[in-house]
Amino acid sequence: MKNILEINDVNKSYRNSIKALDNINLNIKEGEIFSLLGPNGAGKSTLINSICGIVNFNSGTIKINGYDNIKEYRKARQITGIVPQELYLESFETVWKNINYSRGLFGKPKNHKYVEDLLKMLSLWDKKDSKIKELSGGMKRRVLIAKALSHQPRLLFLDEPTASIDVELRKETWDIVRKLNKNGTTIVLTTHYIEEAEELSSRVAIINDGKIILVDETDKLIKKLGEKSIKIELKNEEINFNENLKKKYNLVVHKNILTFKYNIKEDNINLTKMLNEIENNGYQIKDFITEQSSLEEIFIKLIKEDKKS
Amino acid sequence: MNYFGVIAILIHELDRFKRTLLQSLASPIITTSLYFIVFGTAIGSRIKEIDGINYGSYIVPGMIMLTILTQALSNASFAIYFQKFTSTIYEIHAAPLSSFEIILGFVGAAAIKSIIIGLIIIITAGFFVDIEIQHPILMIFFLILTSITFSLFGFIVGLYADGFEGLQIIPILVITPLTFLGGSFYSITMLPEFWQNISLLNPVLYLISGFRYSFYEVSDVSLLTSIITIFTILIGCIFFISYTFIKGYKIKN
Repeated sequence: MKNILEINDVNKSYRNSIKALDNINLNIKEGEIFSLLGPNGAGKSTLINSICGIVNFNSGTIKINGYDNIKEYRKARQITGIVPQELYLESFETVWKNINYSRGLFGKPKNHKYVEDLLKMLSLWDKKDSKIKELSGGMKRRVLIAKALSHQPRLLFLDEPTASIDVELRKETWDIVRKLNKNGTTIVLTTHYIEEAEELSSRVAIINDGKIILVDETDKLIKKLGEKSIKIELKNEEINFNENLKKKYNLVVHKNILTFKYNIKEDNINLTKMLNEIENNGYQIKDFITEQSSLEEIFIKLIKEDKKS
Repeated sequence: MNYFGVIAILIHELDRFKRTLLQSLASPIITTSLYFIVFGTAIGSRIKEIDGINYGSYIVPGMIMLTILTQALSNASFAIYFQKFTSTIYEIHAAPLSSFEIILGFVGAAAIKSIIIGLIIIITAGFFVDIEIQHPILMIFFLILTSITFSLFGFIVGLYADGFEGLQIIPILVITPLTFLGGSFYSITMLPEFWQNISLLNPVLYLISGFRYSFYEVSDVSLLTSIITIFTILIGCIFFISYTFIKGYKIKN
């Protein structure tokens, strides 16, 4: 699939000489949903703001659909839209005027039919004549999405789309993102919610201290780095569990639960053998459950490793 | 050229003017009327004429200038500062707009508002005194050029302001005193020689004088110096704004 966004060696330092972006290289494929995952202050917003022309970066190149976002900014920006993290809206404007203003800024002539369909899709049509200040937080966020989509962009950036919103609204936003992607819009979102990246995106980049630590397909990332654990429930509580077995498999014993942790990357794990050994030592297994580490755990692990290095 | 973008900014900014239409129009009408009551009636009863012109009529061009300068400056500075303050400016940065187009939108809107207000003052003044406009084209030229120049100046003020207080400093501490001391309500020939020479250092004097010439063919300084002054301020503002945009200072992080 063709790259809709190519970022090469991008650096950005703020006046206080903090390096916000440290040699960023990243390609986004047309049609995908991509997540930029990182803790607060990692450089996620600086990166997407640099792509969209909201902040100036110091060196490197950013190409959107093959157009340099500085030298050919008109062509590059025409196909991008951005939904900011905060509710940056003018309170006294009506929804309708706000959306049409955004469309005009991007050099597009009026198209009432398109704006009407857009507002209907975002369940804002009945609020078109309401002033922004009269809307709820969720509606305001949808207005921001409508503004970003007003000029029919092919590449949409969502900066922390579900930060500080309730669960219901989060699910609603996710549905909108999926719907837009289905209609052909490439989506890049920043988030510090692992669940969001896991739920929505096909690929993830993990960013910390202005550096991209890792880029991979979401599933592969979980598989590649994922730890699994098996919790074995014994029929009876064992106060003096066999020390040899405990040491051999590095088991954690708590009451009648044995916890065994392993990484799916390791090939030499023989779970049948371990379970047989437990039984052969006279312990009766009542039940067991397996747990796979979430992206969250992988994320914390990677950031810790990055800090150490 | 992104024409739709410029028009979008223009309409958006003029909408704000429309939303506050009552204040926008009532304020210059009331202020003009008050000036006529205070200066025209109270003082005018003691100063019958200046340069052969009835005092009430004489002060009209100065009054228009005073309002245009402060209105253009505060409208343009508020418009851009407000977008910075609410952070809605992100959209302008993300849009395919050049610096020139952004300035054209904001400054154009502020200048249009100032020109409308200027014309309203002329109409209001017409209810109080007789107004003659000997050189209407020259009057329109001064009105438009001054509105554009001081809107551009206001745009710069708005870009550099760090707070709402900052927006008020230039109009209150610079423009209003310079306008009052620039012969809005008197001719500098009425001052002692020393103060006449000091007044000649005030650029606003040249604007008022040139503007007054277009009405009554009387002026404190030559018409040419007035025209040169307005162009000099305009070019100065253009250079400064170009420098600001090239550096990106105060515009983007």
